[in-house]
Amino acid sequence: MQSLIWIIPVAPMAAAIINGVLGKKLGKATGAVGILAVAISFVMALYVLAGVMAAGNHEGPLADGPFYQWIVSGAFNVQLGYYIDPLAAVMLIVVTSVSLLVHIYSVGYMANDGSFWRFFCYLPLFTFAMLMLVLANNFLQLFLGWEGVGLCSYLLIGFWYNRKSASDAAMKAFIVNRVGDFGFTIGIILIWLTFGSLSFTTVFDKASTVEVGFLTMITLLLFVGACGKSAQIPLYTWLPDAMEGPTPVSALIHAATMVTAGVYMVARMYPLFIHTPVTLSVVAWVGGITAIFAASIGLVQNDIKRILAYSTVSQLGYMFLALGVVVPVSGIFHLFTHAFFKGLLFLGAGSVIHSVEHAFEHAGVHDDPQNIQNMGGLRRYMPWTAGTFLIACLAISGIFPFAGFWSKDEILTGAFVNGQYALYAIGLVTAMMTAFYMFREYFLVFEGTPRFDTHHVHPHESPWWMVGPLAVLALLSLVAGFAVGAPPEHGLFRNFLDPVFAPVLGAEHPETAFVETLILIGASLLIAVIGIYIAMMMYLRRAWSPQAVSARFPRLYDLLYHKWYLDEIYDAAIVQPTLAFARFLWGFDSGVIDGMVNGVGALIRWLGQGLRRLQTGSVGNYALGMSLGLLVILGSLLLSGTFHG
Amino acid sequence: MSVPLNYALALAAVLFVTGLAGVILRRNILIIFMSIELMLNATNLNLVAFSRYFGNVNGQIFVFFVLVVAAAEAAVGLAIIVSLVRHYKDSLNGDEFNLLKG
Repeated sequence: MQSLIWIIPVAPMAAAIINGVLGKKLGKATGAVGILAVAISFVMALYVLAGVMAAGNHEGPLADGPFYQWIVSGAFNVQLGYYIDPLAAVMLIVVTSVSLLVHIYSVGYMANDGSFWRFFCYLPLFTFAMLMLVLANNFLQLFLGWEGVGLCSYLLIGFWYNRKSASDAAMKAFIVNRVGDFGFTIGIILIWLTFGSLSFTTVFDKASTVEVGFLTMITLLLFVGACGKSAQIPLYTWLPDAMEGPTPVSALIHAATMVTAGVYMVARMYPLFIHTPVTLSVVAWVGGITAIFAASIGLVQNDIKRILAYSTVSQLGYMFLALGVVVPVSGIFHLFTHAFFKGLLFLGAGSVIHSVEHAFEHAGVHDDPQNIQNMGGLRRYMPWTAGTFLIACLAISGIFPFAGFWSKDEILTGAFVNGQYALYAIGLVTAMMTAFYMFREYFLVFEGTPRFDTHHVHPHESPWWMVGPLAVLALLSLVAGFAVGAPPEHGLFRNFLDPVFAPVLGAEHPETAFVETLILIGASLLIAVIGIYIAMMMYLRRAWSPQAVSARFPRLYDLLYHKWYLDEIYDAAIVQPTLAFARFLWGFDSGVIDGMVNGVGALIRWLGQGLRRLQTGSVGNYALGMSLGLLVILGSLLLSGTFHG
Repeated sequence: MSVPLNYALALAAVLFVTGLAGVILRRNILIIFMSIELMLNATNLNLVAFSRYFGNVNGQIFVFFVLVVAAAEAAVGLAIIVSLVRHYKDSLNGDEFNLLKG
């Protein structure tokens, strides 16, 4: 197994290089190159998974080896390597499978785009960087992948770079991530200074020997990085704006894989985090607050993709909540199921946008094709998209037996069992909000009477390139939960990941009574159903008027609609002062620094203007000048008495 | 009887200043050129006078060299003047040759 692992990241990298260099000549064939490369990675990932499963209950990494000597400088020695354990295997499967489906989907979605080949250069490049991140066996390689996915995220958000909003969003994502990466980098440097090594195995082995206060600082700094990448408060603002990118990108990068890198990183570093209760409670509370905060914004948004973006932020909050309340397996489980149903939601939304955009264009309607208030009744036009979207909504709402039910329920149960009742309550409220806004979106888009002119606008089902991946993801959203999650607490997934986390968590693994489990499941199911019921009454039956509700709480509605004014606050508190300072420095540069340089030039020119009058061009003047000069020299020599010497 | 050194030096000085004045004051390029030759020959006269005064023949030999070089210089100078005159359409006015005016 070990000798072939390098193929997993190298195949997409090769595809990215081929498509990048020969893309213009290959044209549509770039799609085939990308799909083939990621398919190879996917098969290899399955092979690795099989190998890990065959190894059974194996403590520590199954394989931890270098395949490339990267940096050697004195005591500083870094190799590109791989760290294979059940956690990495799960991530490999998630990344390669979703990436493969998104590649296939993109062939349909991007078919009419002039930069088709550029898209199929960036997408495998992203897959490569993500796989490097997942496979890393040391912090620097992790950081390499971490920055690589950030770069691809930037490139793909700004894919339609001639749109100002898209390039702005790309810059915002990059800069906000820089804030997080600043903490992450310092964390890595501290790890090097503390442990004298960047290798995971060495660091994990020595973790218990380091002073807790110092370890807390390191883990908090690492968590700052995770906050940036995984869009947690206070660094989440870039993710909703990232929806400016093409929708397959939103599905792959900003829902299923890249944004979960922070969750994966914290889970990977659990041997460090477990020693620092302070950091763990910070993680839990940041996650919990982000979850409810983002969900509250999602309640009132009207952009089909932005609702999903806030939902993603919220669900990532759930994952951090799980990591913080010391049920990391549930967090990873939620990451696993979320990748499928959130990927499906985004691809479904993409299918809707694709269809509605074309229909509007065809009919000459200039409405926003992403505003759900302009849709309605689309189920009749696009049954496959509607059906799969419904499955995803049920999954994310946590309805039995869909995938989200198993993972979300495990997190809530974990929070309750570990005595974090406040966080449990937050999670429960968030679950209700989630069910509400997802079904609000579903009803407004697919049900009811169309709110567009049905005589002129004719949406139609998307091509099979796009519907195929939807169907596969729908199937996964349906079965991925109970196939590996049932029964709760003892499912296949938990047993599979136990070798990673059991030695770290030690004995603190409280068992729940069966009745208690049932009650908790009932509570979370009930709350989800309530959320769906409210959405149904408001947006399907129209029994309760949404306008009346928003008119009743105008302040709250306004606050939520404007996303708690956080973007405005950041703009006033950080962006504008920074810009003002930059303008001041610019003024200093152009005034003082450039002023000195230009001043020297101006002085010389002024002197030249004066002196050029001496050059009359008349031979007589020159001769006179020479003679006078000679006279002066001779005269001074005579007067000084040299000739009498 | 021999001519005193002072006489020769005085004559040379007069010739030199005449030449210098010609260079500075006259406009005709040919006259200027002739004035330059005049200054050159004033110098030659000095050399010969000092050579005789000190009883050293080196000065007179030097004058021969100067004469030869002056002949060559006259050839080059006249050639330049001919091409200048052609370029400036039959003008000998030195003030018109002011390409170097700043």
